[in-house]
Amino acid sequence: MNTVALRRLSGLLRKESLQIWRDPSALAIAFVLPAVLLLIFGYGVSLDARNVPIALVVQQPSALAASFTSQFARSPFFRPRRFLTIQDAEQAMTAQQVQGIVWLPSDFTRRAEAGGNSPIGVIVNGVDANDARIVEGYVQQVWAAWLTARAQLAGGRAPLPLSVQPQVRFNPAVDSRDYLVPGLIAVIMTLTGALLTALVIAREWERGTMEALMVTRVTMREILLAKLIPYFVLGMGGMAASVAIAVFLFGVPLEGSVWVLTAASGLFMLTALGMGLVISSVARNQFVAGQIAIITTFLPAFLLSGFVFDINSMPRVVQVITHIVAARYFVAILQSVFLAGNVWSVILPNAFALAVMAAIFLGLARAITHKRLD
Amino acid sequence: MVRQVLALIVKELLAVLRDAKSRMVLVGPPLIQLLVFGYAATFDLNHVPVAIYDQDQSAASRDLVARFLGAPSFQLVAMLRSSRRIDALLDSRRVQLVLVIDRRFTRDLLTGQPAPVQAIVDGRNSNTALLIEGYANTILTDFSLNWGADHGRPAPPAVLDTRARYNPSLSSRWFIVPGIVALLTQVVTLLVVALSVARERETGTFDQLLVTPLRPIDILLGKGLPGLLIGVFEASVIIAAAVWWFDVPLRGGLLPLYLGLLLFVVAVTGIGLMISSLAATQQQALLGAFLFMVPSIILSGFATPIANMPIWVQDLTLVNPMRYFLVIVRAVFLQAADTRTLASQYWPMAAIAGASLVAAAWLFRKRTI
Amino acid sequence: MPDTDPKPAVRLAGVRRGFRAGKRVVTALDGITAEAARGAVTGLVGPDGAGKTTLMRLIAGLLRPDAGRIEVLGIDVARDPLSVQARLGYMPQRFGLYEDLSVAENLDLYADLQGVPPDRRPERYAELLHMTGLGPFTGRMAGRLSGGMKQKLGLACTLVHPPDLLLLDEPTVGVDPVSRRDLWQIIDHLTREAQVTVLFSTAYLDEAERCDSVMLIHEGRLLGHGPPGQFTAEMAGRSFFATASLGRRRLQACLAAVPGVIDAVIQGSRVRVVTAEAEPPVAAGLVVEAPDLVLTPTPPRFEDSFVARLRARDGLVPPAALTPALPLAGEGGVRVPGMSRAASPQPSPASGRGGVAGDVIAVAHLTRRFGAFVAVDDVSFTVARGEIFGLLGANGAGKSTTFRMLCGLLPPNSGTLRVAGFDLRTAAAPARGRIGYMAQKFSLYGDLSVAQNLRFFSSAYRLTGARQRARIAWAEAEFELGPMRDATARDLPLGFKQRLALACALMHEPDILFLDEPTSGVDPLARREFWRRINTLAEQGVTVLVTTHFMEEAEYCDRLVIMAQGAVLAAGEPEAIKQGARTAARPDPTMEDAFIAVIEAAPASARAA
Repeated sequence: MNTVALRRLSGLLRKESLQIWRDPSALAIAFVLPAVLLLIFGYGVSLDARNVPIALVVQQPSALAASFTSQFARSPFFRPRRFLTIQDAEQAMTAQQVQGIVWLPSDFTRRAEAGGNSPIGVIVNGVDANDARIVEGYVQQVWAAWLTARAQLAGGRAPLPLSVQPQVRFNPAVDSRDYLVPGLIAVIMTLTGALLTALVIAREWERGTMEALMVTRVTMREILLAKLIPYFVLGMGGMAASVAIAVFLFGVPLEGSVWVLTAASGLFMLTALGMGLVISSVARNQFVAGQIAIITTFLPAFLLSGFVFDINSMPRVVQVITHIVAARYFVAILQSVFLAGNVWSVILPNAFALAVMAAIFLGLARAITHKRLD
Repeated sequence: MVRQVLALIVKELLAVLRDAKSRMVLVGPPLIQLLVFGYAATFDLNHVPVAIYDQDQSAASRDLVARFLGAPSFQLVAMLRSSRRIDALLDSRRVQLVLVIDRRFTRDLLTGQPAPVQAIVDGRNSNTALLIEGYANTILTDFSLNWGADHGRPAPPAVLDTRARYNPSLSSRWFIVPGIVALLTQVVTLLVVALSVARERETGTFDQLLVTPLRPIDILLGKGLPGLLIGVFEASVIIAAAVWWFDVPLRGGLLPLYLGLLLFVVAVTGIGLMISSLAATQQQALLGAFLFMVPSIILSGFATPIANMPIWVQDLTLVNPMRYFLVIVRAVFLQAADTRTLASQYWPMAAIAGASLVAAAWLFRKRTI
Repeated sequence: MPDTDPKPAVRLAGVRRGFRAGKRVVTALDGITAEAARGAVTGLVGPDGAGKTTLMRLIAGLLRPDAGRIEVLGIDVARDPLSVQARLGYMPQRFGLYEDLSVAENLDLYADLQGVPPDRRPERYAELLHMTGLGPFTGRMAGRLSGGMKQKLGLACTLVHPPDLLLLDEPTVGVDPVSRRDLWQIIDHLTREAQVTVLFSTAYLDEAERCDSVMLIHEGRLLGHGPPGQFTAEMAGRSFFATASLGRRRLQACLAAVPGVIDAVIQGSRVRVVTAEAEPPVAAGLVVEAPDLVLTPTPPRFEDSFVARLRARDGLVPPAALTPALPLAGEGGVRVPGMSRAASPQPSPASGRGGVAGDVIAVAHLTRRFGAFVAVDDVSFTVARGEIFGLLGANGAGKSTTFRMLCGLLPPNSGTLRVAGFDLRTAAAPARGRIGYMAQKFSLYGDLSVAQNLRFFSSAYRLTGARQRARIAWAEAEFELGPMRDATARDLPLGFKQRLALACALMHEPDILFLDEPTSGVDPLARREFWRRINTLAEQGVTVLVTTHFMEEAEYCDRLVIMAQGAVLAAGEPEAIKQGARTAARPDPTMEDAFIAVIEAAPASARAA
């Protein structure tokens, strides 16, 4: 670029920066919006069931029954409540006061002493299937712990032939926040990146400044660059703020390196900005641009990126669709970099995909924006 | 007065339906979203990639492996011959579960020692990790009990007999799809209502309305009622899709469902009118609608349970009408709930609806007169 | 004056361009062939929708023509737009200044973009700032400049790199006359001293006479091309002023119906008449009701020529006076046509309306602030029944704000206002039923059809049943909307949009009509037709309040106020205001001269900075 072109570019950059500085809405979208969203959701979303209220019904009290039910009081997963009859417990479950019922029928002790395999009734509320499964799993753990405790008291023989040794890698505490927050960052950054550029360029069209620019000697490439660079900086700033909140406020571990995080974020930000540029070239007023940005970037990022719903479990057709959702690749990188470290087998292919998407969107933006009004 | 309000309603519906872009917002995105999210949003375990390292290679271990292979949720990706690849497979997420059966498996079984089986799970998606653990545990426990019974071991004193009420197969779709009724109804109603006044302000027709003998209350009704109609219509389409396309059972009656729907749509309309009164431009209205919508969806219990939230966040959700409607729609679909049991969900929505309509009316007067 | 270089700066050959609007294809320009000489000011003159902006954009290389060829400074624009753009300066209609940047920062930006070397800038800036008078304001944010100053800044930014060809798309629309005069001074300077070619588009027909050459465009076609003198020359001997003791409105209506008269417009206290032939008509007996009619020849003006060409093209006979609206229900008798207006207006019928007899609208010390900005500053005036009252001023003068307060759309900060005896803010709905309102830009429901709009607004005004149907039928017939009753309102041509808006404002037969810049942008014929209707309504006792920035529309009013910076600078009958500007050098001032005189006489704080 020769000096004249550089001067044009620097003039435009200075203009953008001054505008950003003096008009608070861009700053609000870049910093305030992510921070607020992250705060709300970081505290709000959790798939960890803790202190699950559960109903205990013992129709025939006995020492055996008590030894079982006392396990629930000891367990961190549960907050047991006693009910006299199964009907009372079922009412409570329908009214959502408890999420499950554990009941020991009147012949519980007799059958246990007779030959074992005495059935313990467990009823979970299947309306929230995910929660129900989790509660089932917890109950099973409590039962296994009970068996082990009894076996130890009785003399040491293992209660069950198999001894299962579970090991959770990369999130030993199985804390859903540590897994959700990185994904949240990706979702929020998608929105801010696309919204920033989509609104800002559409605004130039609406105000007529774009038309005046087009007749000067500036080239379209310079106009696009001058839009991209300041908002890239702004977006990365927002990204840094979000990561800081995640690590220092929510305590999400950052096992990988900051540089990898920065590089991956940069690639993703370019993709999101590219999407915004394409949207605003297509929709020349802010209102339509904003709507399109929300529908095509935010909602898919929320539901199809693997942020909360596991991609593997989706039908194959939908899995294919997720390949065009840029956030998917970024979520994969983030979840690994935060929780597992620099896992290159995850980072490299996803980063490559992001780079390709960024090139496609930026190229598309360049191709469809010309210095003409038609 | 009725005639004027009717004329306003007709005008509003015509304006929405005659504009190609508005028509699209009503039909296209909701339908697409319903289909995609109905299928994409799932917590069920499907095709979980698994690797198995059977060091024992005995009849017993093969029996155990066969049970895992036969499980519908698991999908075998690799049968390992050494532990070398375990880290790489887990790190790269090519598998989410690695099962390691120790060399001494059969020997320990026969000698009465606890036979160790390792289940290594990828915790990066903690929810799936929990579920995988639970599922694997179930398979292993079943194996344990069967093997114990076959080989003369004393039975454990008690075993679990688990049932899932209302949703025996624990299909998460039955949980999510009714939720989508609430989600899409809120999105469409809010967008239509919140943007309507702002659009009229921008095009200048609002001034034209204010100069006529129409009173603010007429105009408000003329904006709110079409929104109501559209919202109820939209919801009905999605309910029909839920029942006939996604095969979610509708066990309760239409009365409790539609009573809840009506209150919900009125509440959302009230909020939309508030946003509309405050916004000077369509862009502001859009941002306002968005700023309300996103927290209200995330903190409604749509995907993540309210019970899991900190207490102060749970208190916040008390003013979110979607929270109550989600309970209602799921209860009616799956629990055959009736109006009496759901009373505790109806009245908060009615209260929110009343408050928001009053606020909207007040803001309307303030901003226009 | 154009220099001796014979090659034209712009050469257009068979230029055609169409756009898609909804489902139809609209032809914006249909075979334009013309030239613009170097070093001269060429005016593109025509109403809104004529195609002026499209033509400018084609010349600037922002659009490509569907057919034809455009050559700018010898370069084929379609083939090499960048070279053309390097040598031209273009100020679009909505010249977006960067409102968050100061004057100096805006200039710097355009200097950067146009590649002005830094060492040349101080001299160039000094020259531009001096020329535009913006020197003392370099630090002010562009968003805080007045309308006229914004236009001047826009012009300065366009000139920061001296262009060979300057394209100005309606730079003077809505600008106060003082700034307009300043802009023309700049343009004259540019063409004389710097040999810049200027292409200047405008909807103000009087500006055509200041150009060296005119391209008259209407509905995409070139109606005429040449020096303005050529246009007026063909009208020689066909323009007259008519005076009589008959009320001027009545006189105008009668004269318009006379065969052989192709145009009759009110100008001050007289009626300007344009005839089809160059033979002076015999005054006596021309108008039955005006036996003392006198016709005085007067030099033709550009607008006369435009009207003549339009009529010739359409082959139209001037329409007869329109059927009057149904008599106002429940009112006193309709005023008998032909009664003299020389006397004071008729006393209002005794129908029990509150307020001072005769004064339908009374405004006293009206003030409105937006933050620190005073939009309306202590405005007072009264309007009598059946009067046509005008608020004349540039954009930003406070006319629309005053209007909105009168209609009850905005509360004043202080002062009182009464419309038909009511304060509309607190008035019950019935009071509003007596008012009709036509907004500045089209503000009906664009997505609805014509019939749906008519039905909705008549319902909103409490018309029902047979009466509603009758009024809708009247509207369709009166405004010739019948054939397009199912057309979507947004797709209507501009003239029909305004007819629809007026129809919706009249269906309920209001006593008072508020018209906010009702004819901005329409062609002269449509404007005349509009005012014909308004005059008829006024004759029937409807009070009409009009805002405008067209000087000549001010002439149609019975009384008017001139507003600037939110304050009333002058009030009274148009003739009286013009007389106030009479000097020895200028014995017959136009309204524009009067406006400028009034502004310059005002204290410095009231002047546009």
